[in-house]
Amino acid sequence: MKVPLSWLKDFVEIDLPIEELAKRLTLAGLEVEEIKYIGLPMPKDSSQMKSSGLPWDREKFVIAEILEVMPHPNADRLVLVRLSDGKTEEIALTGAPNLFQFKGKGPLDKPLKVAYARQGARLYDGHKPGWILTTLKRTKIRGIESRSMVCSEKELGISEECEGIIVFDDDTPVGLPLVDFIGDAVFDIAITPNIARNANILGVAREVAALTGKKLKPPSYKVPWEGAPIKGRASVEIREPNLNPRFILGLIEDIEVKPSPYWVQLRLRLAGMRPINNIVDATNYAMLEIGEPLHAFDYDILCQRAGGKPPTIITRLPEPDERLTTLDEVERSLDEFSVLVADTAGALSIAGVMGGTETEVNQQTRNVLLEGAAWNFINIRQTIAAQKLSSEAAYRFSRGIHPAMAERGIRQCLSLMQQLAGGTIAKGLIDNYPSPPELITITITPTDVRRCLGINLSPSEMADILRRLEFSVDVDKENVRATVPDHRLDISQGVIGKADLMEEIARIYGYDRIPETQISDIIPPQYGNPTLEREEQLRDLLVSLGLQEVITYRLTSPEREARLFVDETPPDEQAYVRLANPISNSRIVMRHSLLASVLESVEQNNRVRDQIALFEIGPIYMAYAEKALPEELLRLIITLTGRRAPACWQDGDSNQMDFYDLKGLIASMFAAMHFESVRYQSAKHPVFHPGKCADVLLDDQLVGSMGELHPLVAERYGLSAPLLAADFNLDLIFNKMPTTYITEPVPIFPPALEDLAIVVDESIPAKEIEQVILRAGRPIVTELRLFDVYRGAQIGAGRKSLAYSLVYQASDRTLTDNEVAKIRKRILKALTQELEAELRS
Amino acid sequence: MLKRLDRIKAQALTNLESINDPAALQAWKVKYLGRSAELAEVLQDLPKASKEERPQIGRRANEVKNALVAAYEEQANTLHKKALAQSLVQEHLDVTLPGRPRLKGRLHPATQTLRQLFRIWAEMGFQIYHSREVETDEYNFGLLNMPAYHPARDMWDTFYTTRSGIILRTQTSPGQIHVMRERAPEPIRVILPGMCYRYEQISARSEIQFNQIEGLAIGHNITFADLKGTLMAFASRFFSQNAATRFRASHFPFTEPSAEMDVECFICGGEGCSVCKDTGWLEILGCGMVHPLVLQNGGYDPEEFSGFAFGMGPERMTMLKRQIHDIRYFWRNDLRFLEQF
Ligand SMILES: [Zn+2]
Repeated sequence: MKVPLSWLKDFVEIDLPIEELAKRLTLAGLEVEEIKYIGLPMPKDSSQMKSSGLPWDREKFVIAEILEVMPHPNADRLVLVRLSDGKTEEIALTGAPNLFQFKGKGPLDKPLKVAYARQGARLYDGHKPGWILTTLKRTKIRGIESRSMVCSEKELGISEECEGIIVFDDDTPVGLPLVDFIGDAVFDIAITPNIARNANILGVAREVAALTGKKLKPPSYKVPWEGAPIKGRASVEIREPNLNPRFILGLIEDIEVKPSPYWVQLRLRLAGMRPINNIVDATNYAMLEIGEPLHAFDYDILCQRAGGKPPTIITRLPEPDERLTTLDEVERSLDEFSVLVADTAGALSIAGVMGGTETEVNQQTRNVLLEGAAWNFINIRQTIAAQKLSSEAAYRFSRGIHPAMAERGIRQCLSLMQQLAGGTIAKGLIDNYPSPPELITITITPTDVRRCLGINLSPSEMADILRRLEFSVDVDKENVRATVPDHRLDISQGVIGKADLMEEIARIYGYDRIPETQISDIIPPQYGNPTLEREEQLRDLLVSLGLQEVITYRLTSPEREARLFVDETPPDEQAYVRLANPISNSRIVMRHSLLASVLESVEQNNRVRDQIALFEIGPIYMAYAEKALPEELLRLIITLTGRRAPACWQDGDSNQMDFYDLKGLIASMFAAMHFESVRYQSAKHPVFHPGKCADVLLDDQLVGSMGELHPLVAERYGLSAPLLAADFNLDLIFNKMPTTYITEPVPIFPPALEDLAIVVDESIPAKEIEQVILRAGRPIVTELRLFDVYRGAQIGAGRKSLAYSLVYQASDRTLTDNEVAKIRKRILKALTQELEAELRS
Repeated sequence: MLKRLDRIKAQALTNLESINDPAALQAWKVKYLGRSAELAEVLQDLPKASKEERPQIGRRANEVKNALVAAYEEQANTLHKKALAQSLVQEHLDVTLPGRPRLKGRLHPATQTLRQLFRIWAEMGFQIYHSREVETDEYNFGLLNMPAYHPARDMWDTFYTTRSGIILRTQTSPGQIHVMRERAPEPIRVILPGMCYRYEQISARSEIQFNQIEGLAIGHNITFADLKGTLMAFASRFFSQNAATRFRASHFPFTEPSAEMDVECFICGGEGCSVCKDTGWLEILGCGMVHPLVLQNGGYDPEEFSGFAFGMGPERMTMLKRQIHDIRYFWRNDLRFLEQF
């Protein structure tokens, strides 16, 4: 909402500096996003406010009057103007098309009042696109010298209007510095939904008055009724009072449609609207000024449509298949819920949103029937959403306007129309008000204020603040009874109303004046969040293992996820959470696979890195037909690819990572989480290499799988080196994760160390050998480390040799050679009996 | 024999002086202190000496042996030091050659900021409460004082799912209702972190998914002044001890009164720059007193309980602190970005 300072001053006295006012408004919730200075000097120091503008030098920009417009001797598209600034006469050159009608007519009867810039003035180039500052210099164009110019709005930085020069109204004083006449500052204020009542000049002025303690000077809403009574000239029928609580008509006759005077045009432009003609401008001006959108009908067309009789305006829902061509020249099929303003012949406008073309005011209009109404804002919102239509009126009506404003709007607008377009205002209004909102009174006490805001205000201080916002207030000892003024709908009854008033009191009292305190309330019961703690522990653990965390998009497409599977078909038939309004086809569902997301990160980084080790902890989303909400399941993905050690100029391990790099990492991870029994068993999986894939089990429950990505899948992701990946179900893992663990003492007695190499059949998994050794060596063999695996002629085909380092350790004594030999024998016996192993000599 | 011992000692010590390398030293040790050394011979011959001389010779032989051992050790030490000194001179590295790189793990920058926020809030007594991302319209809007077609809904561009009434949460606030319904009528002090979603075109300035941390405190005696005090304490921890803050009135449907907290721009020091859009202030978080309807919907009587809530965006805060100009960096996971944290 653009608010010119000069317009505000119509309703409230302002003596604060502009910047200071902007800050006060901002702190009170009317965020001033930018200040545009129109001719006024801009503050030099840091202003803490985004601002722009062009200052007008008082000497170099003045109001002058054009006395005569003369042809240029050598150029058809230029004219010479003889003008006076009240003291001297000058000749200036211009190409302004709005002066050509006066060319060669001799001295003008009514001199034209214009914005005049002298040599040395800094202004914008009116003929080049964008905003280019230039300094006005003496020039000669086709033999005529010029040292000054008459300005367009663009040249002065007022608006983008550059077609013609400004022509002020006739009563403009000549010689006055321009800045004293139209110098201004325009606040661009962000209007949040709760302060929609302030989307107008009067609303902002009311806030200014409340914040600065000045008195608001509202309009008188007096209408110069001069015509015959309106009664009988038209009638109103409201068929949906819930949707249309009030509908008012006013009538003005014998007007002349023409351009508005300059001061109206200027204010409209500064407020961001385009002047059209005096009638339309009057409705817009009144809307901007007090916030009530109004609609002007050509009264004679309505009478024609009624067969020469006084028109009946009907507000109703559309008939089946009803259509209307709106002012934007779109023929619309109307939604069944959209309220219409119609007459007996059909629809006239989409209520509160946009008028129809047929009955709009045009150059020939003589008599205007003016509509001021109140509409159900939710209904208006539904309509603009369905019709994808917006307008200044719809913007305001869709945020709620009090029905009392309809009458004020129509009175204000009728007066203005009469002022701008002449004519006679028919006496009275046709006012149909079936559904007035209930009057809301809320009682609050200083205790309420203390309880909510933490400040102590007396009942009279509270009353004062509320009165400044035009509440009517009674104070009865501690009770402050406030009745909501009839320009706002945002204050509710009861306990919500109390909160609404607290906000008003806090805003006007000043958020900056409320002290900062620490919570004095009791500390709540402590619950913690064990799952998140585990998640964070695991993140630290994985980082300590050298993995980089990634966080990927959780929206994807089924096609993107299908890339993961060898045959591009996901094995699960689980439903997706699917977006009804995706931004693109590539992000259309909530993911099923975290691995697919992480692989996309690998794919991207693969171009710039020869070693990539990533992990992500994040949810996947599984939808079920029988459940409204999906399950959000926590997954962990680890991926490794590329060189085992980062490249180095010396001794770098350039081997590529393989299954056992991943396995080692995962074993470290589970060990650090204090899992005692983790099992890995060979598995087949549609993502992984058939021979290099394992399921991971905790207490015999499958918690994830790991392996080398299937070469075909790897190719799809542009990977040449093997990619190792693990996919874990963290909900299960965290569920099983020991909540606590105990430590063992460090042995005092020295261990005995011994190597043991055995030969077994190829089919025997290493894990079994380990288990046999540990079981047979229990409790003395405390550690076991495989340090070599050998296959070859020496031991024969189909067999393999595994070499282990064993640690023999007793907690209470130093082991003798004899004891160690005995245990060793026991181990060998077990290996031979259970696995047909032989000692390798 | 005593003379012989003196001669052995003199000769050995003279030889020792000229020795320069460990091998010669070893040879000297064998020659003078070994099993077949002359000194050993003297001791072997001891029985041949007269009874009177024997103790004297034995004593002297031991003295000689000790002297030689001491001289040997000293020489060995000298030689070792010399060799070391020599090698220290020769072993000279180019210290400017790069070191052997280590693969280093790191947390994602979003996690790093979340962690920092968790820590600060934990110290201030706010525990983490987790709630779901795919939500019902009711929890995301309705119960938060935004019935269907409420104008405030315009503030959130929502991803709807194909299932009616199910959406991707646009903010973490539905968690407020979950935690309240779970804990009422106990007092509450929690933060609600997590991913939220907005229907927006992805650009340098806007993302479809982003983290949010929301805070909620509910009790019998919690005021707007407490909200200010709590958030200023937070700002002094997260930004800097002396971070200036200001509270502006604002609007959120689920709080009333509502405010936005700005912190003085730490890039320009409040002078005005492009990051703070010439205002000298950075918008950091939205906050307010929990709306009575929301309290009611959560199971708390607004006449008895009050509370405050606040919400902030960790990615935005990271962008401000680290001067990141493109929000898309976060979920693109380019290692060249991630490795800078
Ligand atoms: Zn700045």
